[in-house]
Amino acid sequence: MKIEDALEIVSQTNPGMVRSHNEDSVACEAACGLVVLADGMGGYNAGEVASGIAVSVTAMEISRRLKNASPIERDEQSGEELGVFLLRENIQKANASIFHAAHSQPQYAGMGTTIVTGLFYDNRVAVGHVGDSRMYRLRGEAFGSITRDHSLLQEQIDSGLISVEDARNSKNKNLVTRAVGIDAEITAEIHVHDVQVGDIYLLCSDGLNDMVEDDDIHSTLYAMQGNLPLAAEQLIQMANDNGGRDNVSVILVKVKSGFAAPRGWFARMIDWFNK
Amino acid sequence: MAAKLILSMDGVVINEYPVNKERMTIGRKAHNDIILDNLAVSGEHAAIVTILNDSFLEDLDSTNGLEVNGVVVKKHFMQPNDVIGIGKYSMKYISDQVSQTNPADFEKTMILRAPVKQAVGAAKPAEPANPMSTQIGMAKPVSAEAVEKTGKFGVPPTVETAQAAAPASTAAPQNAAIQILTGPNAGKELDLVKNLTTLGKPGVQVAVLTRRPHGYFITHVEGANFPSVNGQALTDKPHQMNDHDVIELAGVKMEFYFKG
Repeated sequence: MKIEDALEIVSQTNPGMVRSHNEDSVACEAACGLVVLADGMGGYNAGEVASGIAVSVTAMEISRRLKNASPIERDEQSGEELGVFLLRENIQKANASIFHAAHSQPQYAGMGTTIVTGLFYDNRVAVGHVGDSRMYRLRGEAFGSITRDHSLLQEQIDSGLISVEDARNSKNKNLVTRAVGIDAEITAEIHVHDVQVGDIYLLCSDGLNDMVEDDDIHSTLYAMQGNLPLAAEQLIQMANDNGGRDNVSVILVKVKSGFAAPRGWFARMIDWFNK
Repeated sequence: MAAKLILSMDGVVINEYPVNKERMTIGRKAHNDIILDNLAVSGEHAAIVTILNDSFLEDLDSTNGLEVNGVVVKKHFMQPNDVIGIGKYSMKYISDQVSQTNPADFEKTMILRAPVKQAVGAAKPAEPANPMSTQIGMAKPVSAEAVEKTGKFGVPPTVETAQAAAPASTAAPQNAAIQILTGPNAGKELDLVKNLTTLGKPGVQVAVLTRRPHGYFITHVEGANFPSVNGQALTDKPHQMNDHDVIELAGVKMEFYFKG
């Protein structure tokens, strides 16, 4: 099964009710099963520039490499699976591009971006993220975030300083501890998860999860899982109804069928004929 | 610093202390920031740790413990107007940060720069009893060095209207319900208490009723047939509900009405 037939991908982005600019960027490369979402920050239009660079570098580079390589191959240098390696390497590349742009052009000084990206292959998804943009998963009735924010608040929760309930009232919600383009080096957090048919993955900027409770996101996705474009629209509308104080972006990915990577000479030959 | 503590005993105000350090201690001994000279108070009784805009109260294993708003606590995330009780003393926590700062500022994502990152990172191996001790270097947490504020500068002209609209969105719209008119469940009533109510059967025909600040809307989600309202089939756009509208979905009729 080709990856583009196995996944249904929908994305939507909206400036929200307060901001005049949209500093979020999204990209979906259905042909290689890649989705990328970034939430930029920085004065004037630097936020858009940062998130735009991050999304285009990762999306273009990864899809270019995967045109004549399979994500389950091993990378020769690192020994990692190519899918994981590409995520790591290209988030670093994006970091370097933004960092250099910020240091060579004064109007871009200090710009940065969060990023969350998912690469679907071989019945799995490799998830890479930096900052507080999230990926959630709806599997059957269960819903939850599968990324953990790189934020002051999350660190406070982890250290037991503040409970998850109290965290809703915190005024430190918007402080990220890691971002792409701020320092010369960046470590993206990358995890690989198994995928099941019927799963729905939601990538979102904090404009969604700051404005809409997880329970409401859950019930909306669950009720509207048969109609992804409507679900995306509804999520953005809920964020805006609650005040829409930030840009809000969502990418929804639904797993319609399995997409095991072809292995062995016969499978590869069939795959080759199908190309 | 916008937060302060007002110390009083038996309803008489004794002193006022600004919360201006990242860690303030309260106790009987002279080296504390707030000294309560009373034998019911331990040498080092409690500490208030402030991280940027959030303050936390912590009991330092005191003999007689401490209360917030009459409840015994070990650790507490301070909210404006909380009253801390230590022995006969009470301390009111006043914070007007929210009113002083433009709410839109809070939504701007900011990056904590490296010095703070190291401090927080170092907090992990520290013993859990005192996770605050590693926050040194944040004495003036909101200084430009610690926090790189990189939010948007241009505040759009719509800010005021949007903020005016925000409180309205928290006020729930009028309550509403639907009553099923035909089929095996005829007569059943369903209060629309959630923001989103699903009607129909997944895989066959589904519509949702969404509660929004300015009313209730029905939207077709899936299925070949679209539901109808008052005999008129829906399009794929949301349709606003009026009092006593009759919905027909998968052969079942139901009436939508507002509750007084």
